[in-house]
Amino acid sequence: MAKLSLEDLKKIKEQTAKSTCLRDGDANVKITVHMGTCGIAAGARAVMNALMEEMAAADRQDIRVVASGCIGRCSSEPNVTVEILDGEPIVYQHMDDNRMRQVFKRHALLGEVQTDFALAKM
Amino acid sequence: MRELSLHILDIAENGITAGGDCIHILVEEARATDLLTIKITDNGQGMPAEKIKKLTDPFVTSRTTRRVGLGLSLLTAAAERCDGRLTVKTEPGAGTEVEATFRYSHIDRAPLGNMAATITTLIMGNPLIDFVYTHIIDGEEFTLDTRELKTEMGDLSLTNPAVIFHLTTSIRNSLGKLIAKNGQ
Repeated sequence: MAKLSLEDLKKIKEQTAKSTCLRDGDANVKITVHMGTCGIAAGARAVMNALMEEMAAADRQDIRVVASGCIGRCSSEPNVTVEILDGEPIVYQHMDDNRMRQVFKRHALLGEVQTDFALAKM
Repeated sequence: MRELSLHILDIAENGITAGGDCIHILVEEARATDLLTIKITDNGQGMPAEKIKKLTDPFVTSRTTRRVGLGLSLLTAAAERCDGRLTVKTEPGAGTEVEATFRYSHIDRAPLGNMAATITTLIMGNPLIDFVYTHIIDGEEFTLDTRELKTEMGDLSLTNPAVIFHLTTSIRNSLGKLIAKNGQ
């Protein structure tokens, strides 16, 4: 029976252990990818995968990514909500991998709301 | 949905919404018997018996944000157009098991698609939930159990981007090996 290689995981653990313990604070940014049936059918998984890649590149431990359900705006899916600590949550609409990368780099990292893609303030 | 792996993502998210904290995902490709089976089991709150009959009615849903629910309806349609069927076993308080079968070689069967992306998306978006993913191709089995991984990793989170990246490649490679072993 094939199993996941735990050896490799141990290596990663050793490599990342040092850097994570220094930055194990609270989350300052929360990114929610809405993954109801509507979101998934519209491409939310590709958005999430792009987000994972950007997270890996940015190496910021204070950004938290969560999946949640439908928010009732199915026609504008995939929807992504970005919330910076003490700021208003912004819901983005019609997301795809490229839009996600832009929102991550500009809004999540630099705090510039991308109004072109925004659906609403919550 | 273009890929069956997207249905799996959707039904697994349902299980989490139902309050489950451990989701079992089984994919079995049995080409000898021309059968593809997908089974998703959660340990959430389950459903009362009268609801099962109405499950695949798109106008029955437990959600509150809107009045239609399409997840199971779409999966039923996908299974039935491939000579398969959808079976749901559930009891209040005892979780839910959703099983979909497909004729493997049916022309209308959507490809399984990117299972690695589905599994890592689930892990990334739901850090507190455990997933047990078993994929069997012609008797050869691959298993990923996040409970084991979490014990192994200690205080390093599975949602760490480096870990997620490793999981993605590792799932993809393992599935690739299973397929190669069976001469395809």
